[in-house]
Order: sequence, then structure tokens, then C-alpha cells
Amino acid sequence: MNKRNIVVLIGGILFGFGLAYSGMTKQEIVLSFLQLEDLGLIFVLGGAALVAAFAINVLAKLQKKPVLGGEFKPRRRILSWSIIIGAVIFGVGWGISGQCPGSAVASLGTGNFPVLVGIAAMFIGAYIRGLLDS
Amino acid sequence: MFPLGIEPYLVGGIIVGVGVALIYLVTGLHATQSSFFTTTLSWFSKRKSFQKDSNIKERGWRLTLATGLVIGALIHTLTLSHTGFWTTSVQLWRLILGGLLVGFGTRLSSGCTSGHGISGLGSLSLTSLYSVIVFMGVAIVTASIVQMLGVSP
Repeated sequence: MNKRNIVVLIGGILFGFGLAYSGMTKQEIVLSFLQLEDLGLIFVLGGAALVAAFAINVLAKLQKKPVLGGEFKPRRRILSWSIIIGAVIFGVGWGISGQCPGSAVASLGTGNFPVLVGIAAMFIGAYIRGLLDS
Repeated sequence: MFPLGIEPYLVGGIIVGVGVALIYLVTGLHATQSSFFTTTLSWFSKRKSFQKDSNIKERGWRLTLATGLVIGALIHTLTLSHTGFWTTSVQLWRLILGGLLVGFGTRLSSGCTSGHGISGLGSLSLTSLYSVIVFMGVAIVTASIVQMLGVSP
């Protein structure tokens, strides 16, 4: 494994550990947020976004270049109807199932095997999206 | 509002953010999740939309990232977890129908809770802010309707 992928793996392990620590790997906890019974999810997303913002806007600027070379590019997308309509469709799916891509994948590490069918369905949904994009 | 307290949420979120920050500062990559589906499909589908250069270039590290997520959650389950190995009681039809819409919607939207939510907001992207407001608002309305219809869990 090259240096880059080792760092991606370590970062991914932290990511998955944090999702499990915060309960996001449990669809019931995500649904309790979406049913406005437990608002904790806001602190997960907010905490992660704040740390990312500090890295992207402060540390990266001091550092100038990624340690392994290349250049820093903040993640920005041009607003379009696809992005908004996609967000609506994602929202319906998230509200029905309590699953999003990262939390569903991490959930496998907790032995939550029913989400395998959810992840398979996500692949099918992404495949259908690809079919329409030709 | 916070029956389980705030600590697990805030600490977990910060750990997620440190993982994202580490990957960005060392490699310049944004550790986002939903592209994983598209790049992984490039191993299985010959269609042009999956065979884009960017998909081929990214599929290796995106699979590595997904593997990391599983290992990280497994480590938590074996160490600090109060519940240990755990299985959801949410009905299978919800996981399947929801999963289909999540897969389709996140790819149409070019981002999910991590892409728009963490890396996008972290990049101060207005597009991502609008996306997060839309998918979170729609998800809250959807989950509340499902609950009102008496579906549980």
C-alpha cells in the first residue's frame, strides 16, 4: 500500500470510530434526530464540519501544500438544479431509512448486517443515476 | 432535546473531523463517501459514465477509505461500545427503499452528509449549505410522516 492510501486508511479508521462513538451507525439514533426527539446529530455534523473548516481554511493555508505533494483545493460545487433535486431525493431516502452512505458503510463494523441490503440498494441507486448520465 | 447528552455526539463529530482533516492535510483529498458507489461500479460496468478517468483514478483510495470506516467502527465496537455488536430493528423495506433513494439522490446531488455536510461546509461552499438545508429539511419531514403513519421501527 502506498503512503497516500495508508493515510487514507488511518483517516478512515478515525472517521468510522467517530461515527460509531457518536451513535450514527445506529439507524434508530439517526431517525430519532429526524423525528426531532434527540437533536444530537447536529453536534456530530457541526463538530466534524468545524474541524474540517479549521483544517481547510487555516492549517492548509499555513502549510501551503499537502504533505505528500499536489495542491489544496477546497470542495466547492456550482449550484444547479441537479444538486438541489438530488438533495431532495437523498432527503426522502435518509428520512425513510436513517441511512446515509458513510454511516451505513461504518455500520457494518458494528455487526449490523441488515444494512448490507441498504448498501446494495445504494449501489443500485447510484447505478441507475449512472445510466441516466450518458 | 438531548436524552443521551451532548458529549458522545460532539466528541464523535470531532473525531470524524480529525480523520477528514488528517487526510486533507497529508494528501489533499476530500474524504467524502457517496462517490465510493460510483467509483466502485467502475470495476463492474463498462458504461462510459462509470469509466471516466476520475472514477478509475479514485476507486482505489475510495475503497481503502470505506474499509477504514468499517475497521474504525469495529474497533469502537470491541473497545468503548456499551452495546457491543448490534443489529438494527428498522424494517428491511425501509433500508432497501431508503437505500435506493440515497444512492440515486446523493449521486445526482454530487454529495451526501459527508460531501456536502462535512467537506462542503468545511470549504465554506454556499452550494453545500443549500444542499444540507434541503436534504436535512426533507429528511425531517419524511421521517416525521413515516412515524405519523405508524411505521415503527
